[in-house]
Amino acid sequence: MRALLLAVIAAAAGATAVAAEIAPADRRSGYDFAGPESREMQDDDAANPGMLGVLQGETLWATPAGTAGRSCADCHGDARAGMKGVAGRYPVFEPVLGRPLDLEMRINRCRTEHQGAAPFAWESEDLLALTVFVSHQSRGQAIAPGDGAELRPFVDLGSALFRRRQGQLNLSCSRCHDDNWGKRLAGAVIPQAHPTGYPVYRLEWQSLGSLQRRLRNCMIGVRAEPYEYGAPEAVALELYLMKRARGMPLETPAVRP
Amino acid sequence: MARVLINLPARAKRGEVIEIKTLIAHVMETGYRLGPTGVAIPRDIIQRFVCTYNGEKVFGAELYPAIAANPFIAFFTVATESGEIAFSWTDDRGQTQTEVRQITVE
Repeated sequence: MRALLLAVIAAAAGATAVAAEIAPADRRSGYDFAGPESREMQDDDAANPGMLGVLQGETLWATPAGTAGRSCADCHGDARAGMKGVAGRYPVFEPVLGRPLDLEMRINRCRTEHQGAAPFAWESEDLLALTVFVSHQSRGQAIAPGDGAELRPFVDLGSALFRRRQGQLNLSCSRCHDDNWGKRLAGAVIPQAHPTGYPVYRLEWQSLGSLQRRLRNCMIGVRAEPYEYGAPEAVALELYLMKRARGMPLETPAVRP
Repeated sequence: MARVLINLPARAKRGEVIEIKTLIAHVMETGYRLGPTGVAIPRDIIQRFVCTYNGEKVFGAELYPAIAANPFIAFFTVATESGEIAFSWTDDRGQTQTEVRQITVE
């Protein structure tokens, strides 16, 4: 009897955790929570400062690098055709490493494996520029992460991390972004945390920044120890967030306050 | 300095008012911030922006430390004749970036 009661409680707890996830019809991009000035800036390619990164990335795409002396274009061809829809599928599972890689990690892996070049530093101008250039080719395309069985444990890990309370403020991602989106945290509106426009041009940063930088930013905000760049936990969270936002269109480069 | 985005119509009618939008990549370091070691990061901002139309100055701006990184400057001018519109940004290091665009006026 007691075991049955516990099972019922556990099932009820499980049910509330599932119910907390935002229904597909209610999902909204950070764009909808941004002010009219930020939205206008994002919509106009002549005013969107993220386009400076796209411009730089276009140059890098065609520039030979490393001991192989090959450029991205030498293998992948015209990015406008070849990279269309790619960003929406990341992070993807890399069989050699046995773990998923996000787009930044894939670019750096391409550099070390195929170009014989040194990897770009995390959040360096060059890495952000190439990433934003590649992601920009998928603007308007739906987020469509893979659903292979090999990804499942990583999605589950990301989902668990999203719900785990952490830091001195004892908050989970879900507490704000599932349960309290649309309300205010001090002066700022809490968005739903859909990664629809990364790398984003954040006005607070006055530069482009990756999704991992944004995650670290939030973790520092709740006084938790942030994950290192490229840490398996960070990529699992990215993967879960992409799963959570599947079907939403990409906006890269997005402009956010 | 490097990356610049300039948006203006390639063609215009004589006497038409045209909008020109410019965006340049620049850190616009204020000089008021301290680096990780507590030493002030030296000021590095664009001081001056000038736009000339066939050699004649049609728009200019002085910039100050409160202006954000990657300054966006948009303005209007009258399309008078075909020719060159030149843009130049000068920063604290004395470097000047100049870009030239063609316009055809019918």
